[in-house]
Amino acid sequence: MSTEFLIWLLPLPPLLAFGLIVVWANRSHRLSTGLAVGAMAVSWALGLVVFARAVGVEHLGEEPFASSIPWLPLGTGILRLGVLIDPLAAVTLFFVVWTCLAIFVYSIGYHNFGRPRGAHDRPGLPPHGGGVEPLYSRFFAFISLFAFGMLTLVVSDNLLLLFIGWEIMGLCSYLLIGFWFGKESARQAMVKAFLTTRIGDVFMLLGIAALYKATGTLSFHDILRSPDTLDGLARTASVVPGLSLAGLIGLLIFAGTVGKSAQFPLHVWLPDAMEGPTPVSAMIHAATMVSAGIYLILRFFPLLTVGWHPGEPLTTTMVVVAGVGAFSALFASTIAVAQNDIKRVLAYSTISQLGYMVAAVGIGAFVAAAFHLLTHAFFKALLFLGSGSVIHGMEHGLAASSAHGHGDHDHVDPQDMLNMGGLRRRMPWTFATFVVGGLALAGFPIVTAGFWSKDEILSAAFGEGQLAVFLVLAAAALLTAFYTARQIGLTFLGQPRTAAAEHAHESRGEMVIPLVVLAGFAIAAGWAGIPHSFPVLGGLLPNWFEEFIAGTLTGHPAAHAFTMAPLATSLVVSLGGLGLGLLVYRRLPRGAADPLARALGPVHRLLHRKYYFDELYDRIFVRPARWFGETFVYAWTDRAVIDGILHAVARGSLRLGAFLRRAIDVAVVNAFGDRVGDTTRAAGRTVRVVQSGRVQAYLAVGLLFAGALLSYFLLVRP
Amino acid sequence: MIPLSWYLLLAAALFCIGLYGVLGRRNSVAILMGIELMLNAVNINLLAFWRYLTPTVIAGQAFAIIVFAVAASEAAVGLALIISIYRQRSTVIAEDVDLMKW
Repeated sequence: MSTEFLIWLLPLPPLLAFGLIVVWANRSHRLSTGLAVGAMAVSWALGLVVFARAVGVEHLGEEPFASSIPWLPLGTGILRLGVLIDPLAAVTLFFVVWTCLAIFVYSIGYHNFGRPRGAHDRPGLPPHGGGVEPLYSRFFAFISLFAFGMLTLVVSDNLLLLFIGWEIMGLCSYLLIGFWFGKESARQAMVKAFLTTRIGDVFMLLGIAALYKATGTLSFHDILRSPDTLDGLARTASVVPGLSLAGLIGLLIFAGTVGKSAQFPLHVWLPDAMEGPTPVSAMIHAATMVSAGIYLILRFFPLLTVGWHPGEPLTTTMVVVAGVGAFSALFASTIAVAQNDIKRVLAYSTISQLGYMVAAVGIGAFVAAAFHLLTHAFFKALLFLGSGSVIHGMEHGLAASSAHGHGDHDHVDPQDMLNMGGLRRRMPWTFATFVVGGLALAGFPIVTAGFWSKDEILSAAFGEGQLAVFLVLAAAALLTAFYTARQIGLTFLGQPRTAAAEHAHESRGEMVIPLVVLAGFAIAAGWAGIPHSFPVLGGLLPNWFEEFIAGTLTGHPAAHAFTMAPLATSLVVSLGGLGLGLLVYRRLPRGAADPLARALGPVHRLLHRKYYFDELYDRIFVRPARWFGETFVYAWTDRAVIDGILHAVARGSLRLGAFLRRAIDVAVVNAFGDRVGDTTRAAGRTVRVVQSGRVQAYLAVGLLFAGALLSYFLLVRP
Repeated sequence: MIPLSWYLLLAAALFCIGLYGVLGRRNSVAILMGIELMLNAVNINLLAFWRYLTPTVIAGQAFAIIVFAVAASEAAVGLALIISIYRQRSTVIAEDVDLMKW
């Protein structure tokens, strides 16, 4: 079959699985699992075939796999719907299908497939004590739809289809974050995530509309690979003074990324999204949704950087993008340092790492950003699934310890790292893979994928002369290494700090195998992109990634000359941060508070409360919106004005009605009717005496008259 | 030969007796008998006119037979009704059967 045909087929199996599970397989856990995982496996296989064929093409950038059909005839032209696999899409497809499949398989174990349902488990609440998830099939239906959305987004060749996939994912993230809808916090988190990303999406839709108006097409190829179109957009002035139309559209589309990839100031939804089951967190935070935002700005890299050439000062748009990214990177990593929830740390870490990518795009380092997107997807999925395994082990430990009468910790939070400790002996596989992921996140030199990609961003920032960005990212990298060491130390090292941690045990095979696979990628993915100029190791393996992915762009960006400073910085911050973290958190005793809290004092509190951003947004957005809804619209406009008018009209009508009744109805119409009736009745009463009903009397009268008539005609007028 | 007018007088007398029975009697059976008398008075008229005026055609006799048949069936239906009413209400007085009067 032709490659284009395979690409068309690629997103469909999960959609089919979604439909089948919803319509008729939802009663059977076995069937739902088989459908969802089987469909994802088909997509995975198709994805790998497509990827392999894409790699085999010499100049994929110039001649991508593309196919389209006319879709929507409009007044001025026809919107075409189609698929496109160029190097960027191929690489994204590669990690998306791998992480998605890993997450699907992991979910089987995470939701305790095959175990009996717990007696006290209710739909909409997490199961206790190892029973199967009550809404098991629903979960697989949702993640199948989610996978469909992401695959659609990756293979689409135009902005509209991409936006459709984008919004399908938005819906699914809403449904999945609120999967345990019995929890108040989950309900709030789902609404928060939906509304926050919606803000970005509205701007993005404006950008799409503006782009269509300006160019008359939404196809990536027509817009982004045509220098004439881009130059035309760059020369046109926009409504915002000092910004070209290209810059404005770039910023509007970037707003979509800010929402979807949880960049400052729309970052607040992502940590709260941890309310969903862990595979969902991995799905949203690694494989699909947040990657989609980065994928979008990588896709629009030519538009964002139009008019800029390497070595020149950044354009306004790029300054905004780089600033938001770098700030998010540092800002989120400071918060992550002071969080105790194992998944929340990872959530902020995700914001921070996405900030890296956004900053890299902002300074024009396309290859570095794409590389970090790839490696981050693998190691962050690994970390999330690993943390899910830890939480799972802790929950089982909690159930086991209370069953054995050690129930002194009834209210132990299984996600709080201060309640863990010493899990390396209880969960060796999880420990080993988590350490691999953590080291990749921290950028542990040479071995891990995270080092290569992060180093590339840092050296790009240095090479472009963006010292401010470089320093901010370096500081963020230091904090990243520190909180990673803190997380590993608190979770796995030292002695168990609660009975639950003592009784935790390793997770099932369905959960461990994906961890091992992802751990392999968390190391090996970096080998694809080792710079040629790197001392000793450079050139041992070809820098395949850069050559391949750079083909996406029309102009081939020049590789930066190797300099020692960024490498040294990267080594120092990574090792220094890890060492510092381990030093502090290696063996935290039972019942001890976080040592950082004492050392930093009020600053720690500020970080722990996430700079009070939730409270701030509550004050300036949520409460005014509530006030507007409840007081202004409901009490004033609705009740006072609109209802007031209605009531006044009603009272007036009532009065008028009463008057009309008295004056016309009763006095004239009724009186006339009554009179006619009375008269008729009186007449009837008088006359009815004659009608006796006696036939003999009638006949007698008849005889009388007949006799009279006879007499008249015979005697009077003979 | 007896003149035609005798027959007519007999028929008129019979008719008047029947008319009196219909109008003057309260007993339903007596009313029915009055009706029979009136019908038979008519029959006498018919036969007398046939015999004296048109003895060659058969129409008068045929007419009389039809009246017989009607009278017989009317008597049968009437008596059946009266018996039925008697079983329900133990009376044959016409004025007492006043269910449908106001």
